[in-house]
Amino acid sequence: MNAISKLAAHDAPLLTVRGLAKYFGNRAACRNVSFDLWPGEVLAIVGESGAGKTTLLRSLCGDKAPDEGKVLFTRRDGSICDVYGIPEPERRILTRTDWGIIHQNPRDGLRYGVSAGANVGERLMAVGARNYAEIRKSAASWLDRLEIDVARMDELPFTFSGGMQQRLQIARNLVTQPRLVFMDEPTGGLDVSVQAKLLDLLRSLVSELGLAAILVTHDLAVARLLADRLMVMRGGEAVELGLTDQVLDDPQHPYTQLLVSSVLQI
Amino acid sequence: MTNTATPTVAIDVRNLEKSFHLHTQGDVALTVLRGLDFRVMAGECVVLSGPSGAGKSTLLRCLYGNYLAQDGQIFVRHDGVMVDIASAHHRTILDVRRRTLGYVSQFLRVVPRVPTLDVVADPLIHSGVALDEARAKAADLLSRLAVPERLWNVAPQTFSGGEQQRVNIARGFALEYPILLLDEPTSALDPENRQRVAGLIEDAKKRGAAVVGIFHDHDFGSMVGTRWFNVQPVTKAAA
Repeated sequence: MNAISKLAAHDAPLLTVRGLAKYFGNRAACRNVSFDLWPGEVLAIVGESGAGKTTLLRSLCGDKAPDEGKVLFTRRDGSICDVYGIPEPERRILTRTDWGIIHQNPRDGLRYGVSAGANVGERLMAVGARNYAEIRKSAASWLDRLEIDVARMDELPFTFSGGMQQRLQIARNLVTQPRLVFMDEPTGGLDVSVQAKLLDLLRSLVSELGLAAILVTHDLAVARLLADRLMVMRGGEAVELGLTDQVLDDPQHPYTQLLVSSVLQI
Repeated sequence: MTNTATPTVAIDVRNLEKSFHLHTQGDVALTVLRGLDFRVMAGECVVLSGPSGAGKSTLLRCLYGNYLAQDGQIFVRHDGVMVDIASAHHRTILDVRRRTLGYVSQFLRVVPRVPTLDVVADPLIHSGVALDEARAKAADLLSRLAVPERLWNVAPQTFSGGEQQRVNIARGFALEYPILLLDEPTSALDPENRQRVAGLIEDAKKRGAAVVGIFHDHDFGSMVGTRWFNVQPVTKAAA
């Protein structure tokens, strides 16, 4: 029984999205979005601003309930839960344990009243960890992994640079070892050299931990580097979905062709 | 499975059609390949020939699943089974790429901050080889391709064209793929380095790999190729 459900969990999509729509008044910010995401897979959502990328991401990650459609998630035991069908407290537990949500602006993802170490450690306490020494050790190891000087773990996040705050937000999200991470322009506000460092870290973490991720970005180079698959959005709808290199090198939809041909070569 | 006298088919392309519909450029439709049949056996190296624009690279990219085929089948032998790249699920294509299909392009795609040794070891690490073992294999290949050891811990961004190309080849040969697709991998190399690459291709053939290559240098093609396959441009009348 256990073996069967394990096998099923491995073969089944981690996330199943069907007919998702979110309206603001009469206007559909996103509509008719369906896709499956498998364990360990990275999907990038690209498109110009206003295409509905962030709205879609917020509807996927339990942040904003969609007006239509379903989001189904396969739990560690192989059972499937309807993300918006479960009670709010249960959903909150899910988003803090099996999921990680990394915001574009670290201000939306960090707590500024407590230290860097506490930002990471409190996530462990939320899932039942009580041994202070263990929590501190684990927080320190995650800070180190994200190349944050452990000597600064008792400092408040606002004393950190933008790039460090972003890495701290990532540590806070990964400490509970989630299986799915949502990222909204994780390298958005950072300068290029810091961006490269963060991308490299994300790339190795995703492959080491076997993380599945949904990444919103407007940067096709970031998508090419991190994502297995690419979804192109325009006017709230997914106009193309395929392997990242295939969509970028042989785009089919008129809008994708325009998007790819508009990128400046450096 | 033991080797039998009959050669194993590694690639079997049937009736392949590939066209490009350029929506943003006056809605032009370009048919590059039509009704193409193509077979490659394990252990042979097929060199693609044909004039510029005939569709040699397009064929190679279709084989890798990088370009979408409009029609036809692209079977590749993966785990002893023929898988149709043209219709396979994306997860199957990714698995085929990870373990069966190696692709070496003309240019290295560099990732900022990643040192040369790890660029080469990456496909091995990805397929589950231990870090030390992967790096040892990478070092071995880089030495074989005469990439100076002092460069191994540096990211290849600042390397010369020829150095980058050799790093790219080392990466492409790091894992012993059963099928290798080579798209002008030697264009920036001097004769000595070309000879080194020829050695790698010979080794791959000996271990039973099927190799398909485009080489702008005719002599190099004659040296490594078991046979030529001429890609015919689709005539205007046929298009």
